[in-house]
Amino acid sequence: MKVRIRFSKKGSMKFIGHLDVMRYFQKLIRRAGIDVAYTEGIHPHMIMSFASPLGIGLTSDAEYMDIELCSMIPSAEAIRILNQAGTDEMKVTGFVQIPDGKANKAMTLVAAADYEVCFRDGHAPDFCWEEGLPDFFAQAAIPVMKKTKHSEKEVNIRPMIYDWSVSSGILYLKLAAGSAENLKPGLVMDAFLRQKGIEPDPFAYAVNRQEIYADIGTDGKKNLISLYALGSEIF
Amino acid sequence: MRKLALSDEILLSVEKPARYIGGEINSVMKDDKSKNDIRIRFAMCFPDVYEIGMSHLGIQILYDMFNKRPDVWCERVYSPWVDLDKIMREKKIPLFALESQEPIRGFDFIGVTLQYEMCYTNVLQILDLAQVPLFASKRGEKDPIVIGGGPCAYNPEPLAPFFDMFYIGEGETVYDTLFDLYISCKENRISRKEFLHRAAKVPGIYVPSLYEVTYHEDGTIQSFHPAEPDIPDVVEKQVVMNMTEAPYPEKPVVPYIQVTQDRVVLEIQRGCIRGCRFCQAGMIYRPLRERSLECLKEYAAQMLKATGQEEISLSSLSSSDYSDLKGIVTYLIDEFGSQNVNISLPSLRIDAFSLDVMSRVQDVRKSSLTFAPEAGSQRMRDVINKGLTEEVILQGAREAFHGGWNKVKLYFMLGLPMETEEDREDIAHLADKIAREYYAIPKEKRNGKCQITVSTSFFVPKPFTPFQWAAMHPMEDYLGFAKTVNHEVKEMLNHKSIRYNWHQADVTLLEGVFARGDRRIADVILDAYQNGALYDAWTEFWDYGRWLSAFEHTGIDMGFYTLRERKEDEIFPWDFIRIGVTKQFLLNEWHKAKEAAVTPNCRQKCSGCGAACYKGGVCVESKN
Repeated sequence: MKVRIRFSKKGSMKFIGHLDVMRYFQKLIRRAGIDVAYTEGIHPHMIMSFASPLGIGLTSDAEYMDIELCSMIPSAEAIRILNQAGTDEMKVTGFVQIPDGKANKAMTLVAAADYEVCFRDGHAPDFCWEEGLPDFFAQAAIPVMKKTKHSEKEVNIRPMIYDWSVSSGILYLKLAAGSAENLKPGLVMDAFLRQKGIEPDPFAYAVNRQEIYADIGTDGKKNLISLYALGSEIF
Repeated sequence: MRKLALSDEILLSVEKPARYIGGEINSVMKDDKSKNDIRIRFAMCFPDVYEIGMSHLGIQILYDMFNKRPDVWCERVYSPWVDLDKIMREKKIPLFALESQEPIRGFDFIGVTLQYEMCYTNVLQILDLAQVPLFASKRGEKDPIVIGGGPCAYNPEPLAPFFDMFYIGEGETVYDTLFDLYISCKENRISRKEFLHRAAKVPGIYVPSLYEVTYHEDGTIQSFHPAEPDIPDVVEKQVVMNMTEAPYPEKPVVPYIQVTQDRVVLEIQRGCIRGCRFCQAGMIYRPLRERSLECLKEYAAQMLKATGQEEISLSSLSSSDYSDLKGIVTYLIDEFGSQNVNISLPSLRIDAFSLDVMSRVQDVRKSSLTFAPEAGSQRMRDVINKGLTEEVILQGAREAFHGGWNKVKLYFMLGLPMETEEDREDIAHLADKIAREYYAIPKEKRNGKCQITVSTSFFVPKPFTPFQWAAMHPMEDYLGFAKTVNHEVKEMLNHKSIRYNWHQADVTLLEGVFARGDRRIADVILDAYQNGALYDAWTEFWDYGRWLSAFEHTGIDMGFYTLRERKEDEIFPWDFIRIGVTKQFLLNEWHKAKEAAVTPNCRQKCSGCGAACYKGGVCVESKN
């Protein structure tokens, strides 16, 4: 039986990298005594896959990982025992059953994500940056230089920005995510600042991921739904 | 949300920021109501990087034991890595403890574990970054008491001026007495000086400032005695005689990042019966004391449950000597194997039992077997009293090859006392004989080629061993020794199946100076540190030139410490410590080594080493 776990990553946990988060959950699941499935072979490992790795330095309200259970456990009970055995800064907030089959894996479903972006104390630019946003997002194309391992090429990031809003110093962004197209919020901010003639500083932004979505739309129409909503609670 | 000592900007600009955030599962926080009960803030430091320090069992034991006291909050400190070290110096950020994230300069104690000589400059780094005076004599009433412990504290003299006190022996015994004394002195506003004076009378506590040393003209020690009449002449090593009742961490701290020993460690026994003449641990941890099987089973289950670790490892100097090894290993495999827990079994003698066990817990085709003959010839193995014959080694290898293994690692030492060119060549010969065992198996039953890895390290004479009198060699000799082995390996019939690795020689010489050095060496350590020496155990930061200049600046002759064979009546800097094993026994062993005569192990026959004074462990086994 496949299960999706949703968890937050806050405070000092933003310094724990993706692989370490994976190791953390392997140990947490064992401490909590959840009856989870392992791979076959002489060195079996827990069957576990993450939706989308979160970079070091970012916090999150909703990260996702899928595991496989050998025996049933009610959602509420699983959340309780996992949080009892875990750290306060990385809390399990959801535990839902998901349909079997590769097509339902969190990793393959990811299509978009919500972010909150603000400037860290002392790093905000010295002009009223919020007022510049409408014009920035109104552009039909926002070309940026995207670096890959091998080359640098110009990409138009505007189509990957699905939505935005700003209030009291926080910019909310809905951006493309996943293996097909992926846009990092920092890159949007960099592009904005560069257009204003400011060279961005790598530590300037504090970023929090709020949600990760799958696209269940058909005929090329987007219909974003959170990865959590694709599962059902276990009673 | 916990407040961190370092800003996000700093943490995001250094490698592995998780080294500095604390908050790990099972780490102990006492910042709530319980803070009011705290009388002692203790910073437990391991002077190396987090991943190394977090793998150390001793700290886990003391951390757990100290924190069980409501009046003590023990927190952890590791050496900041070089990237953060630089930032902390530039920005004058004081070194902080992981749990509270508060500067340790305000703590009551800074405890430093001394596990290997090459961490000595990191000890100075910790004091320096903590903004605590490096010299004990410069510390005032507000400064923490700096206390050292661990195996290198058995010759604390090279670090003597930097420490207020050393704890000699196993930590489980007198820390409570020391803490109670400290609390009563603190409450009665007794001065630091008077506290140190009283502490020096606690068994096992050595306060270097209360002892005076004079030297002969030739540089050797003339006298070493207490500076005041009521201070003891001799410091008694501390030993835990009931291992089963001794404290053990049931909930070890679980690091967020991968550390060197990312597993639960079960210490099955302490001490060793073997009496290898080069081995310090084999002497200072005498007598051998076992934990009961029932106790080990309980700890294993509790620790796995409390950590969620996926691997458990047995720890001891020679696990095969545990009297019910079969019992503990079978229990671990039966009980936890099905829960997908890996079982790792280091320091096992290779025989039918261990091969059977290992074939059940690891992938035979991928894993390698380790033998530590330590010397190539039988004569040398007798000199070092390594009770292992060639036939036993070859038999073990044969059984392993038949069991499907084809990778073997062999560990040897070079530069041992009484070693000749032939002994060195015999290292290659032994490797070749092992390869021949493999190729004696019919081709169709073999698993490809065999891979034999020969590694040599250079021998360093250590205090409290029969070789404490031995001379080391000039640097060129060491390189020549490795060359001999390398050359001979290439001459072997099976040379294509043998790989040879050797260690650096210059580090060995410095280790030799620190291991048997006296108080005058402190100046060398300080000079090298001030000229940038740090993380000397790490090849990427090791700079021999810096050390050579430190000897030059201080006018200290390295050769005095390394190249001299000590006279039998020489007073050693560590002679004031009593470890049970007597100097006379060590001297007899030194004589027997020169004749290549073997001494039986403790279970075969008691050789009267002196450790029987503790009235326990293997010394009373047969009498029970």
